[in-house]
Amino acid sequence: MLLFISIVTNGQVKISGSVKKFDGKPIAGANISLKDTYDGATSDSLGFFLFTTTEKGKFLLSISASGYLYSEDSIFISSSSIVKHFILQEELNEITITARKFDADDKSKSVTLLNSLDIATVGGAGADISSVMKTMPGTQQVGEREGLFVRGGTGTETKQFIDGTLVNNPYFATAPDIGARGRFSPFLFKGTVFSTGGYSAQYGQALSSALILESIDLPEKSHIDASVSPLVWGGAIQQLAKNEKSSWGVSYNYVNLGLYFYLVKQKPHYFRIPTGHNTDFNFRIKTKKGIVKFYSALGIGNGGLSRPDIDSLLFKDALNIHNLNWYSNLSWRENLGNGWKFNLGLSYSTNRDHMHQELQDSNMVPQAFPESYFLMNKNFNLTSRQDLSQFKLVLDKRLSSNVIFRIGGEYWYNIQRSIYTATYEYPGNLNDHFTALFAEADIHVSNRLTAQAGGRSEYSSIIDQVNIAPRLSVSYKTSANSVLCASYGIFYQKPENQQLIASPQLGYTKATHYIAYFQQNLKGRVLRAEVFYKQYNNLVKTIPKDLYFSSYNNAGDGYANGVEFFCRDNKVSVKNMDYWVSYSYLDTKREFLNYPTKIQPNFAATHNASVVTKKFFPKYKGGINLTYTYSTGRPYYYFHLNEQRNFEIKDQGRAKDFHNVGLSLSYIPSMGKQDAKTFWVIFASISNLLGSNQVYNYNYSYNGSVKQAVTPTARRFFFIGVFLSWGVDRTQDAINNNL
Amino acid sequence: MKGKFRIISLLTFSLLCFFSLISQAQDDKFSKAMQKNLKALDSAKTTAEYIAVSNSFERIGDAEKTSWLPYYYAALALITPAWEDKTINADANSVKVKALIEKASKIEDNVEIYALRNMIATQQMLIEPSIRWANYGVEASTALKKGLAMDPENPRLNYLKGSSIFYTPTQFGGGKDKAKPVLQKAVELYSKEQPKPLYPAWGKEIAASLLAQCN
Repeated sequence: MLLFISIVTNGQVKISGSVKKFDGKPIAGANISLKDTYDGATSDSLGFFLFTTTEKGKFLLSISASGYLYSEDSIFISSSSIVKHFILQEELNEITITARKFDADDKSKSVTLLNSLDIATVGGAGADISSVMKTMPGTQQVGEREGLFVRGGTGTETKQFIDGTLVNNPYFATAPDIGARGRFSPFLFKGTVFSTGGYSAQYGQALSSALILESIDLPEKSHIDASVSPLVWGGAIQQLAKNEKSSWGVSYNYVNLGLYFYLVKQKPHYFRIPTGHNTDFNFRIKTKKGIVKFYSALGIGNGGLSRPDIDSLLFKDALNIHNLNWYSNLSWRENLGNGWKFNLGLSYSTNRDHMHQELQDSNMVPQAFPESYFLMNKNFNLTSRQDLSQFKLVLDKRLSSNVIFRIGGEYWYNIQRSIYTATYEYPGNLNDHFTALFAEADIHVSNRLTAQAGGRSEYSSIIDQVNIAPRLSVSYKTSANSVLCASYGIFYQKPENQQLIASPQLGYTKATHYIAYFQQNLKGRVLRAEVFYKQYNNLVKTIPKDLYFSSYNNAGDGYANGVEFFCRDNKVSVKNMDYWVSYSYLDTKREFLNYPTKIQPNFAATHNASVVTKKFFPKYKGGINLTYTYSTGRPYYYFHLNEQRNFEIKDQGRAKDFHNVGLSLSYIPSMGKQDAKTFWVIFASISNLLGSNQVYNYNYSYNGSVKQAVTPTARRFFFIGVFLSWGVDRTQDAINNNL
Repeated sequence: MKGKFRIISLLTFSLLCFFSLISQAQDDKFSKAMQKNLKALDSAKTTAEYIAVSNSFERIGDAEKTSWLPYYYAALALITPAWEDKTINADANSVKVKALIEKASKIEDNVEIYALRNMIATQQMLIEPSIRWANYGVEASTALKKGLAMDPENPRLNYLKGSSIFYTPTQFGGGKDKAKPVLQKAVELYSKEQPKPLYPAWGKEIAASLLAQCN
């Protein structure tokens, strides 16, 4: 018996050792396994392990631990104890990738990673993506023109991208001095990334900023939605296939501002009530390891308004606008395995404008003054068509656990056909073949240090120059929840089509960004501080021929620098309340277009601040969202064209400070009724609640004798509507958004 | 259709019996190791102990390759401490848990595994409920729905359903009153349950105590 026991104990072999990191720190909880047997152990808090086995012969000893690369070693078990020490390499598992990626990619370079409901519930913003972005640091409160004016840049320096490809006309057509809302509903997108600078080499042709929109994948469920309001009514269907592998949807809405304009007096006289038909169609198909998405939207809009003519005052300018816009986007994202991924994007858009303006007397009788220098071109016709076809391919390859390499290219074919008929007929045609290639690498130097380095090279056939735009961004995790990031990049943008048509010898405009920020993310809280310096070169400058016609060169330049703060507290400090505060200080001057010297542009205010609050009251099934935005008055100028055909500043000033309080109320009667068939929301919103006198800017008559304030078309904007949804229980959205 | 299914089930059953006879020796080792670790899982208190048990189960699973049970318990052993121990990073933990769930479901995708899916998604949701509801809350409830579609009488899924209603605020369609009938059903199902050896049997006590809180 004794003999037997000794044989058994002799048969047991002790296997021990340690599991550690490179720097010698222990790894606890690692699974040490004698492969294909039950034998093994778990490393303790000091990284040590010990177990015994009765197995004999050649075996693999494997080590696995979360967050580290798998490791194994072959051992031969005979009778003596075995000691093995392992050093494991850190692995980028799924979590650390997203956490790290968040440090260097565009998602973190922008403060704004907002979901659709975040956007839809900003008080007074009327669920318009761009209006919500104006509550973010770095943006200006420019209401008289469409577009996002970022860090001393113009609205055209911010470009919008849907699933990687550029959107040419993201805003509804509008008249001069009246801003327009965006064409795209926030509910089309699962994520909205607003980068105010230093973004990835994947994106180009935007000097200042990129609004990167990623469309939603398959819907959770089939549903039917409807909206009813005095301004707009419409319906939508989303159908999810039974196997949950594909979906399709259509929507239509009709906008008619007739009733609204009857109830709320507008300052310009609308002789033709703005109306619009908007329809879209989409399908999405899940592939093996990816998705194909198609989205197509058609919008047709009409309207006509008349305003006093600033140069004659007796007369009115009656402007008639007709616009047709068709946008289509096909994208295919696929994970090819073996570390390869690709993203393919195809898009086509056409935008057709027809504008007609005539000078009328107070009885709306057309007038013509072909001899008057300053009135001869008041009667005009503009027919314009702008097409953009795009192809974009991005390939991602994970080279190792620490390096992801990305390479891609895009091709744009841009067509402009326009005829401007005033005293004479002026055709304006342009064809441009634009090609870009880019490459970048995400390098995870260590758990804390991440770099994204890349570059982009572009060629435009009309400019006939190749540019090279390097981009670099380095981020360092100062703690588990905070990061310090610095980025640098050169950005090029083609001049506007009209400028290129007049002066085809123009080159690229250029901006160089230097950005540093610190960001802290705690549960539901974000705190961010950012400084930047931006250098502008080769901006387009106007060389006037006369009051109406000009040619252009690249002699302009400028700079912008500033400090920005942002903090958000999503229902952490105050129950059921989400709020964010942003502040931006901007110092910028530029010489471009008709600016004779470097001056603060008329679209840039020095101080901008916003407070967005959203509070939900579960007891009353309703929410109150209140937003306050403030900006110091922007400068305005009268540029006089002198005898030497140069512009000079004859008058200037500063508009009064801008205040806006926006309020929206939502009420969800079906909330909490688990079996409710119909989910509905009643929504009401008002902008400029306090009725402050908002002046964006001033216009001057041609000789400078008359100065007119540019203001919103009405003191306040109201909206009320009912949104209904069948088929999908939106209570969860409501909880998500409001809890 | 039904008849055909019955024949197949009978066939499978007899085949299983046949194989189990052959591999009885091996099975003996397997069930002994499983029982030993199930005891360890029962008595585990610290997170380190739970991790050690999980690792043991995983080793058994890797060696056997044919039973979903070791992976099931390996995952359960990592989920259990994460309800209490707030120092556990639920996201990092979920990567490991979901890998184990994947391994188990590749062998046999059954109703019990949906309970794991529900729990791990719930844990991820609880990190930041207000923000994560849309993703992980839906993931959790989808797992529950799919599991209950497979077996509406599974006591653990009924308990998880009841518990989810129990902890959802009344205004949002939750609360004790609504949870009560579901928990009552779960407790009833637990009392009728006769789990096969080594099969999941947990949840009876906690379901009863939650039901008691409803009164």
